[in-house]
Amino acid sequence: MANIQEKIAKLFPAATFENDNSGILQITVADEQWHELAKNLRDDPDTAMDYLVTIVGMDWVEKLGCIYYLMSTRHNTMCSVKVAVTDRDKPYIHSVADLWRIAEIYEREVYDFYGIVFINNPDMRRLFLNIDWVGYPLRKDYDEDPAINPVSIENERQTDLTSVYKEEGGKVVKTEREIFHKDDFVVNIGPQHPATHGVLRFRTAVDGETIKKIDVYMGYIHRGVEKLCESLQYPQTLHFLDRLDYFSGQIYHHGLCLLYEKALNIEVSRRAQVIRVMMDELSRIASHCLFIGTYCMDLGATTMLFYTLRVREQILDIFEKTCGARMTFNYACIGGVMQDLAPDFADDVRALLEVLPKNIKEYNKIFTGNVIAKNRMEGVGVLTREDAISYAVTGPSGRASGWACDIRKLQPYSIYDELEFDEIVREEGDSMARFKVRMAEMEQSARILAQLVDNIPDGEYCVKVPKVVKLPKGQWFQLVEGCRGAFGVYVESDGSTKPFRLKIAPPCLPLAAVVDHITQGSKIADLITIGGSLDYIVPDMDR
Amino acid sequence: MEVTTKSMPYEAWKDNEYIEQLVKELQESGTNVIVGSFDKLINWGRSNSLWPLTFATSCCGIEFVSLGAARFDMARFGWEVARASPRQADFMMVAGTIVNRMVPVFRRLYDQLAEPKYVIACGSCAISGGPFRKSYHVAKGIEDIVPVDVFVPGCPPRPEAMIYGIMQLSRKIKVEKFFGGVNRQESQKEFLAKHPIPADGE
Repeated sequence: MANIQEKIAKLFPAATFENDNSGILQITVADEQWHELAKNLRDDPDTAMDYLVTIVGMDWVEKLGCIYYLMSTRHNTMCSVKVAVTDRDKPYIHSVADLWRIAEIYEREVYDFYGIVFINNPDMRRLFLNIDWVGYPLRKDYDEDPAINPVSIENERQTDLTSVYKEEGGKVVKTEREIFHKDDFVVNIGPQHPATHGVLRFRTAVDGETIKKIDVYMGYIHRGVEKLCESLQYPQTLHFLDRLDYFSGQIYHHGLCLLYEKALNIEVSRRAQVIRVMMDELSRIASHCLFIGTYCMDLGATTMLFYTLRVREQILDIFEKTCGARMTFNYACIGGVMQDLAPDFADDVRALLEVLPKNIKEYNKIFTGNVIAKNRMEGVGVLTREDAISYAVTGPSGRASGWACDIRKLQPYSIYDELEFDEIVREEGDSMARFKVRMAEMEQSARILAQLVDNIPDGEYCVKVPKVVKLPKGQWFQLVEGCRGAFGVYVESDGSTKPFRLKIAPPCLPLAAVVDHITQGSKIADLITIGGSLDYIVPDMDR
Repeated sequence: MEVTTKSMPYEAWKDNEYIEQLVKELQESGTNVIVGSFDKLINWGRSNSLWPLTFATSCCGIEFVSLGAARFDMARFGWEVARASPRQADFMMVAGTIVNRMVPVFRRLYDQLAEPKYVIACGSCAISGGPFRKSYHVAKGIEDIVPVDVFVPGCPPRPEAMIYGIMQLSRKIKVEKFFGGVNRQESQKEFLAKHPIPADGE
């Protein structure tokens, strides 16, 4: 990274450089130069930062700002850029929505939480909260009095207008723009709809049966987890991660624990690492099982749900014996795991590994080769590799588009670098490819489990950690591979027992953001196929 | 009069005092034999074919899916016909957190349910806000929004707990009175008087 630093320093003399505590190069730059730097970072073949991981909105009390985490798919390097402004009443930062398509929705999120306005963003609306919401909830001076923003059974006010802020002669001018065309026929799908997999709402403009545009309307399960974390101690923040993407609970826990352990310099025992990885892979199989079941049910094949849930129940039994819960496990903790494995854990996993290949064969026999399934899935909702990267669609959906984006391979954490498994990448990019990638990933997870089940090392399952966890001053970022894509978590500490800022970068927000792009021109019935194949979890994107 | 359930002995229930109280109320209000037998017939039918509305916002909804699958199999009890439209459903299993933006939508779904309608608050989020109670964007329990018949605690409740909860509901239905003074619907009317339906039908 050193030569990149030199190169940028030559182009932008005002930029300053430092390494954050995770070892990621952080460039601090003024807002005036930010868009140019971003363009440079993306287009220069030496940096080629083509994947925007997340935008962390920040309130440092004296300043407001954003930290952009960028990744290069070519060089597999990461860097971050910090942009801050001092004006709290009218904070303006230039948008990068023209460089990374996903930035449009990430910037809307920052605007919603911090009130930072992004100049040139084509759609500057609130994302999760009502348009009449008073204040910006993640600012440090936000007034949480429920009398200001009461719970109301009156319908929320809605508008078909969105704002665009443009710079004209040194001044920022706000203009209004219609989301849909005047003569568009708009159909409302959701929030209470069995095929949206949760409470997501699509405002769909249709021309006959063809979709022209979809406005994704979220926030129906926005629970303000990030703000809640700021008032809790570090070990207490962990349990929320079970309730975001409730299928990847184990993996999300693992990610945040890795971050805390890195910050506290805690070495986790080998036994705890093996247990964590086994739990991750078990939950990946369970999650993909439920995906296949519900997806097939969306397409009309109800029987598959009963077949796949049979395997899922078997995995939940394994979890329950060890963790004591079927869904919200709260199992991984700082220093290891909460309690030791149940005595017959290994036998249960072996029994699972025995039945799993037979089951996968059965699923393929019933569904994958089915002519109706083929007609409904092949060539439907094609996402190209470039778009997948620009929209930050990671996980199985990204890999189905030919982007090798498995964090377990790119930035191996825990013991993944010692394990043998293949990254499943397909080139087609359609719904069938997304389905097949998940099917094949179950086999790979089983392969990982088979390598570990016979040699779970002895030792302690949890090392001693201080009773009161205090992170030193600094900032950390950690990526792990969730069931649906790259899950990122950012923590900034001011040296106390509570996080100053905890940002969750969920994989499902990009999955919902891309729906508009890949459904354009499809038939309305395909929306169910495409949405199902992306497999988003709404509480994960809303947080 | 005793409220009996085929699949569970009377002594195994944990809140018989509550049901006995309802029975007492029913007996005090008095009714003639013919109307009483009609009531019994109607309640027998209703309590054995409860159709849920598929309404799930978060984790609890996944346990509700498990409830429908082969292992827990709610079809045994006559609840398997989950309806996607509120107009065809008998009760609403509120599985998950209800946040500010969801409240008007949720209330409208309740208003759209056909009479007689029942609500089960499933999971700690629906009961009180649960782990998210202190959040700026979460309703602190659904009791202020709709009248609730049964509470099922847990985060999320196990499918067995959900079965127990719905069985409790069917027990409550068995002591309802269809003709004349219905003890449960009276309280619903009181509730609606305090929480009127929003005027604009938008």
